[in-house]
Amino acid sequence: MSAGPGLEFENDIADLENRIGSLERQTDRSGDIENEIRTLRLELVRQLRETYSSLDAWQTVQVARHKNRPYTRDYLNLAFDDFVELHGDKHFGDDRAMLSGFAKLDRFKVLVLGHQKGRTYKERAACHFGCAHPEGYRKAMSKMRLAEKYQLPLICFIDTPGAYPGIGAEERGQAQVIAESMFKMSRLRTPVICVVIGEGGSGGALGIGVGDRVAVLQHAYYSVISPEGCAGILWKSHEHAPKAAAALRFTSQDLSRLGVVDDVLQEPLGGAHRDHHQMASRLKSYLSRTLGELEVKTADELVAERYEKFRKIGVFIEESQTEV
Amino acid sequence: MSTVDPKTTDSESQNSPVTPHRKRGVPEGLWLKCPGCGASVYKKEVEQRLNVCPKCEHHFYVSARERIAQVLDEGTFEPMNEHLRPADPLEFSDRRSYADRLVSEQKRTGLTDAAVTGTGMVRARRVALAVTDSAFIMGSMGSVVGERLTRLIEWATEQNLPLIIISASGGGARMHEGILSLMQMAKVSAALARYDEAGGLFISVLTNPTMGGVAASFASLGDLVFAEPKALIGFAGPRTIKATIGIELPEGFQTSEFLLEHGYIDRILMRKNLKTEIARAIDYCGK
Ligand SMILES: [Zn+2]
Repeated sequence: MSAGPGLEFENDIADLENRIGSLERQTDRSGDIENEIRTLRLELVRQLRETYSSLDAWQTVQVARHKNRPYTRDYLNLAFDDFVELHGDKHFGDDRAMLSGFAKLDRFKVLVLGHQKGRTYKERAACHFGCAHPEGYRKAMSKMRLAEKYQLPLICFIDTPGAYPGIGAEERGQAQVIAESMFKMSRLRTPVICVVIGEGGSGGALGIGVGDRVAVLQHAYYSVISPEGCAGILWKSHEHAPKAAAALRFTSQDLSRLGVVDDVLQEPLGGAHRDHHQMASRLKSYLSRTLGELEVKTADELVAERYEKFRKIGVFIEESQTEV
Repeated sequence: MSTVDPKTTDSESQNSPVTPHRKRGVPEGLWLKCPGCGASVYKKEVEQRLNVCPKCEHHFYVSARERIAQVLDEGTFEPMNEHLRPADPLEFSDRRSYADRLVSEQKRTGLTDAAVTGTGMVRARRVALAVTDSAFIMGSMGSVVGERLTRLIEWATEQNLPLIIISASGGGARMHEGILSLMQMAKVSAALARYDEAGGLFISVLTNPTMGGVAASFASLGDLVFAEPKALIGFAGPRTIKATIGIELPEGFQTSEFLLEHGYIDRILMRKNLKTEIARAIDYCGK
């Protein structure tokens, strides 16, 4: 798959991809052309490797937001054998920014929850660009109860710029539903695996983020606030978003170092948006292996270990209490 | 999760809504201009009324220490985990380094971080109490606030104590500690869920302001949720919402009264009644 609409730092790469594409489209390929294609391909691989092995924080954000990046629904299509979508928050309405339903992955029957961004403009508008309303979190909580009741492992795909900021969202308790969802997830008596597949935007992400295992894709990010929001507040201008992105330490490497994620899933060369199939297959083997590890644990063990996992997060100085 | 508006973020410039101002012929610092009614009110009188305007009942800022004195029986407070100090795990720096900011905030407020926790008596009923102070980096939650609250909740679970958390946090989850601050929301909520399973009574009191990651975690999880009148309470900051939807926000949006109207608050309480009503609720819940 080509990378589609290009990222600024990928201009040379896009140029190479275009040249290879136009050579490949020639019906009558001479040996010279075949050689040229081979040379360009090698150069492309070299450049992708160089660029993607050292993305800075702001470039990571661009990749995580790439319009061709695989979304929850793409993974449902590619990594799962079956998907039965379930709507219904049983309260107010259907939030397209939160997908949920039964699914099968290898030998496991599971319940999947995930933010959905939408591919076309129309879909993106219907999904509020992946920003869920309170009904999205209520839908998620109703499916969590279902998963617990019928002992289905819960898989959560996190991919949101943040929970929706709007009048209706506040009126219907955005803060309260996110709090309640974390509260419930922390005690859920069934295995929970969370994977940040693109954007892990603050409370809207964490609202479905309390799991036994939390993984992040190599070029995804997970942050307390968007780089633009942080720049607006601390630097007084959105233009400083790249600086804020670096300061917030939210790349997969940082998250791993800070003890916030358990696993980092390597992306195909040049990012998940270049090869949905390969990314989906890596995700599938990760999920399958992890489900296998968790299925042997009792519900009491899961809940106790999940508590301890989050209990340990945080960095502070503990001064000696005997000192004055 | 830090959804505070830019104009109110510099904690140095906004910490105390009780800003003394000069009145002609009167020594500076004796009078206050009330943001509620615009009147000049005598500072001593305001202080005697628990920092509430005598003319319009506007509830001014109170520090965590004053709040504790207002709610607990005199001399009963025993602080816990004061020895926890903020670190700078991200080596964060914006126009100023977080390490410097912490030092100056500590000096200015006399607090070590934005939450004070401990135990004490409310009309002779023993409770676990936490108070956040909006003067310390907007009352935002970083690792120390998260850890102090979690340890307090665990203590209340073990000791079977009612838990009171009084929030004054406009800053939500603290940006300067990045993802670690966000995770405190999960950590504290998980501790509350365990406390709840053990049958603990949690009374959450929302005061001006309670926003972002604090509103979207412990502050919203009370068995009982009380609020002071006209406090700003919400998930997203008003400016963020306005920028997103591009229309004017309705009158009274994100106030205590708005939340009561929409079903998210049990009672709005005048500050002078808070202590009595907490004691009353504890008695009803049999603790
Ligand atoms: Zn007044």
